[in-house]
Amino acid sequence: MELNRLQRSFLEYTAALFREGFLDSQFSQLYQLQDESNPEFVVEVVSLFFDDSERLINDLSRALDQTNVDFKKIDAHVHQLKGSSSSIGAQRVKNSCVSFRNFCEAQNIEGCLSCLQQVQQEYLLIKNKLEALFQLEKQIVAAGGAINTVEWML
Amino acid sequence: MGMAADEDTQFHVLAVDDSLIDRKFIERLLKTSSFQVTTVDSGSKALEFLGWQEDDRNNPNETSVSPINNQEVEVNLVITDYCMPGMTGYDLLKKMKESSSLRNIPVVIMSSENVPSRINRCLEEGAEEFWLKPVKKSDVNKLRHHMIRSKCNEFEKPEKQDEKQESATEEASENNHLQTTAQSNNKWKAMDEGLSVDRSKPQLSGLTVMSN
Repeated sequence: MELNRLQRSFLEYTAALFREGFLDSQFSQLYQLQDESNPEFVVEVVSLFFDDSERLINDLSRALDQTNVDFKKIDAHVHQLKGSSSSIGAQRVKNSCVSFRNFCEAQNIEGCLSCLQQVQQEYLLIKNKLEALFQLEKQIVAAGGAINTVEWML
Repeated sequence: MGMAADEDTQFHVLAVDDSLIDRKFIERLLKTSSFQVTTVDSGSKALEFLGWQEDDRNNPNETSVSPINNQEVEVNLVITDYCMPGMTGYDLLKKMKESSSLRNIPVVIMSSENVPSRINRCLEEGAEEFWLKPVKKSDVNKLRHHMIRSKCNEFEKPEKQDEKQESATEEASENNHLQTTAQSNNKWKAMDEGLSVDRSKPQLSGLTVMSN
């Protein structure tokens, strides 16, 4: 049956995301907070994360492009990105921010540029994966089912 | 606004965080624990909401507060992010503790960074707890008894004020207040220590809020 297949895909997909470290338990916490009174909570928070991240990555590119690089400002941006990625469970993005901050502290421009690239890559990866996940979720709901997050209890 | 019946059924938490995502998250977390929630994005907005007054320092005479600026909405607990531009969570905590009308509202501080000196400073200044982000449901579950305890303190305060002289220093009054509440709230404290997750007070075995 189509619904079963979709639900199985959903579980396998999320299991892989957790296993490969793209997401951590904070992501499942988000689903715990979603219910009938707030059925779109996860999508809403994740959308905010996408907007926030894109803005911060742009700001970081600009800041690193200056003649006199303001490391304090860069650190502040990275700190913000680290915070928001941590809040939604985007583990790889968060971890790349940690390295980034170390290079900021060392005032190492090359290191920072390399980290920015990594942050951007990780961001794009998780964005694609989460969008695919939400698509799958939509299909499940359209087929008359609901997603099962109980098996995420890690 | 809320009279006795309302106060028993719903506690009101003021959440302060400059990050929109974190505000949304903490609001949802608190609401699913049946708290009434207001969120603001800065310390100064928090003070405004709380009806803080510039000259309201250590002033036992609360009738000097004008009705317009008086706290109209009762707030039972403030939970605030530490790192915020302008006024940090620590600054907010300090201002609240310096205000006679706000000092009894319990304050919890959250931070994404585990910095022991920062944690110590906040707890010494009077924060009830210091949580590492991201905040968990199990953390939020601890809030209720801080708010209940704070309500118990409210009932005891009027007696103590009759006994001591008006010239008592801030510290002395703190001591008396704490000693009274220590007796009646030992079991809360014990529960506190039992329930406290290590990560929220990493370096503090032996140092508690009660010590002076």
